[in-house]
Amino acid sequence: MSESDVTELGRRDFLYIATGSFAAVGLSLSAWPFISQMNPDAGVQSLASVVVDLEPIEIGQSITVKWQGKPVFIRHRTPKEIEVSRSVSVLSLIDSDARNENLPGADASDENRVANPDWLVAVGICTHLGCIPVSGAGELGGWLCPCHGSIYDASGRVLKGPAPENLLVPPYVFESNSKIRIG
Amino acid sequence: MSILHGESYKPRNGFTRWLEKRLPIIGLIYPAFVTFPTPRNLNYAYTFGGILLVCLMIQIISGIVLSMHYTPHVDYAFESIEHIMRDVNYGWLIRYMHANGASMFFLAVYIHIFRGLYYGSYKEPRELLWIIGVMLYLMMMATAFLGYLLPWGQMSFWGATVITNFFSAIPFVGDAIVEWLRGGFSIDNATLNRFFSLHYLLPFMIVGVVVLHIWGLHVVGNSNPTGVELQKKEETVPFHPYYTLKDGFALVLFLMLFALFLFYMPNVLGHTDNYIKADSLVTPAHIVPEWYFLPFYAILRAVPDKLLGVLIMFASIGVLFILPWLDTSPVRSAAFRPLYRQFFWIFVFVCLGLGYMGAMPPEGLYLTMSRLLTVYYFFHFLFVLPVLGFFETPRPLPASIMPSVLDTEGKGDVDEGA
Repeated sequence: MSESDVTELGRRDFLYIATGSFAAVGLSLSAWPFISQMNPDAGVQSLASVVVDLEPIEIGQSITVKWQGKPVFIRHRTPKEIEVSRSVSVLSLIDSDARNENLPGADASDENRVANPDWLVAVGICTHLGCIPVSGAGELGGWLCPCHGSIYDASGRVLKGPAPENLLVPPYVFESNSKIRIG
Repeated sequence: MSILHGESYKPRNGFTRWLEKRLPIIGLIYPAFVTFPTPRNLNYAYTFGGILLVCLMIQIISGIVLSMHYTPHVDYAFESIEHIMRDVNYGWLIRYMHANGASMFFLAVYIHIFRGLYYGSYKEPRELLWIIGVMLYLMMMATAFLGYLLPWGQMSFWGATVITNFFSAIPFVGDAIVEWLRGGFSIDNATLNRFFSLHYLLPFMIVGVVVLHIWGLHVVGNSNPTGVELQKKEETVPFHPYYTLKDGFALVLFLMLFALFLFYMPNVLGHTDNYIKADSLVTPAHIVPEWYFLPFYAILRAVPDKLLGVLIMFASIGVLFILPWLDTSPVRSAAFRPLYRQFFWIFVFVCLGLGYMGAMPPEGLYLTMSRLLTVYYFFHFLFVLPVLGFFETPRPLPASIMPSVLDTEGKGDVDEGA
């Protein structure tokens, strides 16, 4: 191949590839709005946090509140439930992470799952495929998922699969002794 | 491939001559659907392609009509279905036609697929034809899943919740993908709207891929019950009137079955919980998909690990894509493969068994059985088919398809219908 051929081809090739690349990058970028529009919109994202009054919830009672379209379990635990939950060894659990958004990275001991031992707050969505576990069913009186049989204890930790993770503890704070704000 | 060349169209009057000179559209359709040379020995198992085409048309026509009366909004969707059932003229008929039509569509596609498995229709040179067919099946499943959310009943809502959650099994980005698919933190109005839009779009994409499927079929030609390739034009008959009428007769019988469901038990294939409006705070006691998804649901639940369960479920369909290369036997038809024929029927029962397990709660003996059947499902594709080709002694193949047409030799071996 002579030298003039190489330079001539090289220049043409460069222009050709550069033009093509610009078109390809431009086309890919223009796809982004069409992909991004499927994400949760501002209206969905602005769903405010919820404040829950704990006063009317008796010991042993479990209620469900809606937060960001998701159910959140709030359970007023009995002393026995607290005792049993605290006695479980973290090493024996399927998921040893606390899954607590208030304490990222902590281990799954009961102390790390709750802010106040009397109250368990957890997103009521089975970590398997998103069904809502039934309260008071299953071993240890925690939760049983009716869809595929996962069992959670009174600390919301998974005891029996197929669920891979403990119930998620959402971000929440006690505004007073009898009020919490979730979100 | 000159055997597969149908007689070309000859315009007979002034208008068609004028048209053909400017747009030879009749000349395109005529050799493909009228004079197309078709093997003389096709039995009734081969009529389901035509039946499926009719099913697709029924779904598209009834669906377009339903969308004229349906409202894709969480506050109105459930009510607008009842409005269709009670107020719209013949609304009940058209909705039941669409709902039961989906079941009939899957019934027909399953017979079509198992026919292909029995007669080895996926083998060289029809690998791509088979792969396009598997793509069509996947698109049908997606369409059915999207459409099932629209009535906004409890099973709609929870079925969609469970299935969109499959994607949360993907490491790292799973949750972001699920939110992206749903357009929210849970199944809500945004989800309903996009599902409606895509449910309307996909059937037309299916039409496009069906065109590819038929195009591919017309290049390689029909397979046939003997699995022996065509050698002479005399072994074929023109598609019309021979197979238009045979397919038409089978279609009439099929539509009688459809009518039985449509008019006498329109809800028997559905789930009663779907007549309860969607409630994001109450999960039905047992979430079960429609019957045509049950075997895959059983496979999903058989695996105790979330990510693996989802992967193995998708693999159960994915394995069909490589089936042409898993089956090592050069003989196509099970009629000449004594061992494969037995394994085929075992496989049919395994699939039916998985379907039954999918409808049962995932515990005790049911769970054990679904695990065994899941293992066998993959054993069939990944062990039986590759190995059988080396050990099986096929029965002698006929020199051509003619003995099966003339019914001299091979009587009773080949098929029941032709």
